[in-house]
Amino acid sequence: MTTASTEKKRRGGLLREEFGNPERRTAYYMVLPALLIILVVAFFPILQAVNLSLRQATVAVRGPFVGLENYSEMFQNPDFMEGLTNTLIFTAVSVTLEFFIGLVIALAINRAFRGRGLVRAAVLVPWAFPTVISAVMWRLMFQDQVGIVNYVANAIGLISQPILSDRTLLLVGVILVDVWKTTPFVALLLLAGLQTIPGDVYEAARVDGANVWQRFLRITLPLLYPTILVALLFRTLDAYRVFDLFWALSNRELESLSTFVYEGVRVSQLQFAQGNAASVFIFVTAFLIAIFFIKVLGMQTSTEE
Amino acid sequence: MAEVTMENVTKIYGEDVVAVRDMNLDIPDGEFVVFVGPSGCGKSTALRMIAGLEDISRGKVFIGDEVVNDKPPRERDIAMVFQNYALYPHMNVRENMGFALKLRKMDKSEIDRRVGEAARILSIERFLDRKPKALSGGQRQRVALGRAIVREPKAFLMDEPLSNLDAKLRVQMRTEIAKLHNRIGTTTIYVTHDQTEAMTMADRIVVLKDGVVQQIDPPQNMYDNPENVFVAGFIGSPAMNFIQAHLEKENGGYAVVFGRTRLPLTREEIEEAKNRGHDPDQYANKEVVLGIRPEHMEDAGTEEAAAIDDAGGSSAMEVEAQVIESMGSEKYVYFSVPREHAAHLESVAEMTDDTGGGEEDTGGGSAEDAGGDLMVARVSAESTSREGEKMRLVIDSSKVHLFDLETEQAIF
Repeated sequence: MTTASTEKKRRGGLLREEFGNPERRTAYYMVLPALLIILVVAFFPILQAVNLSLRQATVAVRGPFVGLENYSEMFQNPDFMEGLTNTLIFTAVSVTLEFFIGLVIALAINRAFRGRGLVRAAVLVPWAFPTVISAVMWRLMFQDQVGIVNYVANAIGLISQPILSDRTLLLVGVILVDVWKTTPFVALLLLAGLQTIPGDVYEAARVDGANVWQRFLRITLPLLYPTILVALLFRTLDAYRVFDLFWALSNRELESLSTFVYEGVRVSQLQFAQGNAASVFIFVTAFLIAIFFIKVLGMQTSTEE
Repeated sequence: MAEVTMENVTKIYGEDVVAVRDMNLDIPDGEFVVFVGPSGCGKSTALRMIAGLEDISRGKVFIGDEVVNDKPPRERDIAMVFQNYALYPHMNVRENMGFALKLRKMDKSEIDRRVGEAARILSIERFLDRKPKALSGGQRQRVALGRAIVREPKAFLMDEPLSNLDAKLRVQMRTEIAKLHNRIGTTTIYVTHDQTEAMTMADRIVVLKDGVVQQIDPPQNMYDNPENVFVAGFIGSPAMNFIQAHLEKENGGYAVVFGRTRLPLTREEIEEAKNRGHDPDQYANKEVVLGIRPEHMEDAGTEEAAAIDDAGGSSAMEVEAQVIESMGSEKYVYFSVPREHAAHLESVAEMTDDTGGGEEDTGGGSAEDAGGDLMVARVSAESTSREGEKMRLVIDSSKVHLFDLETEQAIF
């Protein structure tokens, strides 16, 4: 009886099943405005950007269709390649550092101790600064005449030339500032994950004979895994699209993927088509990163069991 | 397997919050001991000190011949079953049960053998490859038990393991745990707030209140000879009724008097009082607390009442039945006594916190639900009394208890 009716419904088709029921139909009417907005502000611009990236476009005109020419030129452009390399190094190093330091901080402030609330708040302070402000502040500290960081690094023989005049040192600086600024956010995310692990599971593990290290490896890490993936995905995508830190800290000297796009597409520039192609490149690769997290690493995209 | 001994064990939180005070207990190898008491009485704290999950403020805990005060849980060789099961959510049943053995670097084949054996005993073989979230509450509880069994530890510690199960499953698991204990004979300490669990499972019961041990006895002793008002009211379901009464001397003997009811004391009761070091004379013409269990009252119109009468020394009281609950096999009659005889005892008020009728699965015991000072009598099903009408209850005076009004200690 049940199978028969399901069969019948199936033959009626998905559309009939979804729209045949008045309640479901109302539900669709309700989400329709939101769907339309998403179409207008997200899907349409994306398609338009893809379209433009395949044409000899400028700010003013659409231009003729040129296939993948913009992309091949882009990959031969040393500025783009520098931006890509910088971005990849920046993403890999800063996210790794932020994860490990953030995990240590989260584990530390997850324990009950006097003044924990204060410490939790204090840890978040760097994250509360607007990025541009911290970038400018750190640029002053890196500066070769009055900058304290430059002075100390020079004094102990860590550097032989001013930080701001060397691209490698600049990249290191950008990474350090990002770690300083964003580690608290990672720590906060991981802390939230740690707090969902029930205490009696740890007690059971203690009674079962697990020492501190075994409890961390066999209880904490596996149970924190979903949170770790969320934190890593957030941070990876954020770092991959980095703009303001590079722009403000290096005073436009250090290229990232996003700064390349900006330089390309802004009104005064003529490399509109390449900038546009780069923006599509960022979109697609970021999308692939997200897919990798969800499909390969098994990230949960909903809270359903 | 080993004995567990507690010597003046005390737990103090912060400066002066005493959770457990000077607890002394000798648990011989293989005994099943139940810690019972209302919430906050210190029973779980006591258990957790034995497990090593709480520091011991003062005193000593021995497992076997060893003082374990300073040993972490993993060096105590005990297994624990938690109220919320505390299964590892990311491991399947097999891994959950084998976790402790794996940590000990035991042979894979030996782990498999033990897990298989435990799964067979608990009938959870079908679930070995499932994650805990795919199991029902009862199944999870079995896994938690299995995780304890495979350890073959010196002792099992169980912290309210059945309180998250529904009433029917609870009764079933109760029997299973008892069976399991008979089979493997490991020393077991079991914590519960449910006196029925304590009565049915324990070799010995430890009743705690405010961190202080009230009485340690086998279940039947606990029921027959409670040492104070608290134990008397806590053990037994429905709970014992307390009436404020007067002890009078009468031609060589004594009688407890309240209202028009007069219960002469039996020779055995007077003997018992003397054995406990009380001279009945010192209570003569004074107020005392009379304790009568519901099952020791009977509707005067039934055959059972005649049987009590034949045994001699019975007396009756006239009451107005306010509510009568029929359980099929018996009836619960709820009635009130005049205000001046209602015994307002602090320890009784505390008991009603979380040991109310709702928790009981032997039925009834809902005197609290029926409202404040109601008394309850458990009478024969053939009773024809009706709600709102007067009836006579025969009291088996050889089974009553008498308590000091001030100290709440049992006179007999």
